[in-house]
Amino acid sequence: MKHTLVALVENRPGVLTRVSSLFRRRGFNIHSLAVGVTEEPGISRMTIVVDGDDAIAEQVEKQLTKLIDVVHVATITAEESVVRELALVKVRCRPAERREVLDLVEVFRAQVVDLSPVSLIIQIVAEEDRLEALLENLRPYGVLESVRTGRVALVRGERTTAVHELEAAGAQRFHTESGRLPEGQLPYVSD
Amino acid sequence: MKLSGADIVLECLRRIGVDTVFGYPGGVVLPLYDRLPAHPKIRHILVRHEQGGGHAADGYARASGRLGVALATSGPGATNLVTAVQNAMMDSIPTLFITGNVARNLLGRDGFQEADITGILMPAVKHNYLVMRAADLAYSFAEAAYIAQSGRPGPVHIDIPKDVFLEQAEFEWPEQISIRGYHVPGAADADSIARAAALIDAAQRPIVIAGHGVILGNASAELRAFVERSGIPVLNTLLGLGSIPRDHALSYGMLGMHGSFEANLAASNADLVIGLGNRMDDRAIGRFADFNHQASIIHIDIDPSEHNKNLRTALPITGDVKQVLAQLTQAIRQRSHVQWIRWMDEVRAQHAHTLAIPGGPVLSVQHIVRRISELNDDDTVIVTGVGQHQMWAAQHMKFTRPHQLITSGGLGTMGFEVPAAVGAQVARPNSKVWSICGDGGFQRTMQELATMVDEHLPVKMAIMNNGYLGMVRQWQELFYKDNYVAVAISQPDFVKLADAYGIKALRVTEREQVDAAIREANAHPGPVILDFQVEAEGNVWPMVPAGAALSETVGAPERPSAVPAT
Ligand SMILES: Cc1ncc(C[n+]2csc(CCOP(=O)(O)OP(=O)(O)O)c2C)c(N)n1
Ligand SMILES: [Mg+2]
Repeated sequence: MKHTLVALVENRPGVLTRVSSLFRRRGFNIHSLAVGVTEEPGISRMTIVVDGDDAIAEQVEKQLTKLIDVVHVATITAEESVVRELALVKVRCRPAERREVLDLVEVFRAQVVDLSPVSLIIQIVAEEDRLEALLENLRPYGVLESVRTGRVALVRGERTTAVHELEAAGAQRFHTESGRLPEGQLPYVSD
Repeated sequence: MKLSGADIVLECLRRIGVDTVFGYPGGVVLPLYDRLPAHPKIRHILVRHEQGGGHAADGYARASGRLGVALATSGPGATNLVTAVQNAMMDSIPTLFITGNVARNLLGRDGFQEADITGILMPAVKHNYLVMRAADLAYSFAEAAYIAQSGRPGPVHIDIPKDVFLEQAEFEWPEQISIRGYHVPGAADADSIARAAALIDAAQRPIVIAGHGVILGNASAELRAFVERSGIPVLNTLLGLGSIPRDHALSYGMLGMHGSFEANLAASNADLVIGLGNRMDDRAIGRFADFNHQASIIHIDIDPSEHNKNLRTALPITGDVKQVLAQLTQAIRQRSHVQWIRWMDEVRAQHAHTLAIPGGPVLSVQHIVRRISELNDDDTVIVTGVGQHQMWAAQHMKFTRPHQLITSGGLGTMGFEVPAAVGAQVARPNSKVWSICGDGGFQRTMQELATMVDEHLPVKMAIMNNGYLGMVRQWQELFYKDNYVAVAISQPDFVKLADAYGIKALRVTEREQVDAAIREANAHPGPVILDFQVEAEGNVWPMVPAGAALSETVGAPERPSAVPAT
């Protein structure tokens, strides 16, 4: 069973290590992990797809919440949210096969984003099954390489998982800047 | 006014109420050591090994309820701390570990004595900081102290590159700590309290399992009020011992792998189990899948990730055990459970022989720890190592107050006994500190004898000298058909060793000498080593064999050679 968890985390050095080390140590299986910055200063959003039963999902959620750099965790279901994944697929495609491949691209509502005499890069933004169906159909032509972002999701309607919990200026500066190597030349110290 | 990073660190320590640091110097922390004399309010105790420093900080925290602090240099100094950090993590001890690291320009370049201690310790701490600018020190320390001591306490680590100690920065102490990813639970919601009260009021055979959280959360008085109103008997986990006085009518002692029959069978036959500040550990609960199927479980803990981790519970309640107990006491009926308690007393009487102290001339650990307990007052702190002597101490010593027993529970770290006693004695200079040592464990960390001598710490060390890594020998006897491999252990002459350190020592070989030796140790103003030459092959009973359920507790098998119990 796959569960989608959203973790809003402080965008700080080490936060990814904390999260991934938690998964490794407790034997939780990550199916996919997508991370990016958000509308909120200092906050990154991780969308984590976990493989396991409900008890595992509950533990993952609680263990993540326990990390101090993790501000908020929610489990979201496919029914209540928009779920997408982006893939780029480079397929072998000689001019003679182009028509056929383009038909496929159209059927799957994908796009061609690069073209060469012997290959195409196709981009698809879709839910997992449609994305996998496209990959399946492209396989006979020869998939040269592909990349997937992993699942991302937002709950439909007005409800949000965002934090918008403002901190005092000093704390905010500390939380966004600390732990990073300062810019510029550092004195040479050794002994 | 600008201060150096080193001065800021020491000023921060003073602000967070630290008066003692257990440390060991080295290259990268020299700028900090250089400034120590300028901050006379901070007492630095030079240990002989960083693991010792870490355990001393841990023992200091457990004895006092305050933050324990250890300091180490980079590389080997830092890696030597790892065991102590994980030990504090497993037992939720409020501790602060400070390490120096190579200068910022050398970080990540395998500089001399560089270890990625921030990375190494990440899964072993509640939180950690790598401080890259002197200006960030104040916030780091303020947050670290708050995180280590609030909620479910734990170790926090701060790693400081050498040149940050030298960098000048404005010292600004944060007036307020706000961490948006960290919220400390308080009282429970009214609905949970109502549901718990209904379960408690309806129960016929309820039992409380009180864990370390009751002690860490200063909730002993609330626990007592709750059980006296509800009439519910109390079992303790190893680390929960002392949360209720052992001589209280409702106190039934320790459950678990070496718990009593009455405790383990009560937990297995109850219709309601109330876990208080405990983590449903396998050593306490036995085989999870077969822990008491008929009971409803209410689990009260400040850390919600403990709920449903090992046992599915009917009613998990997240909150501060002190507040939740007060709420519950308000919400329940006054009751007594005469029949249920009579049943427990019958089980106790029926199995009393399994916990009897061996009679006859044999010098047993059980007898010694019982006498140490009886010949000392409630103020005395008891520290133990890990192994048979630890279990016998838990079974046979009478713990009457929180913070009285200091023992490595979760990690089970041999060698804890000597340095933790150092820390406990520093924290409580006017109390007696007795350390019940294994002959194996003592040899792990006995370098800290020198620390005791330097710092005039009158710790009384009772070495249970059985010539074996006893607990491992017991397992080889019981589960590996008497195949003793690597468990017979030689010792130095402990009396001569003590002499070399200028420490008083006595060797005790006869049962009749025990009381006099304890009294003599108590009367001596300095540290004392008592080398008790105890029986070699005694076993700890009762026992839940590894992998068995609590209900499968067994006593000593009848063996022709067994010493008859009295
Ligand atoms: C650091 C460490 N290594 C190994 C063990 C495994 N272990 C558990 S008890 C024990 C024997 C302890 O021997 P001793 O200190 O003499 O105590 P005794 O059991 O004889 O009372 C060992 C080796 C441990 N707990 N800790
Ligand atoms: Mg031994």
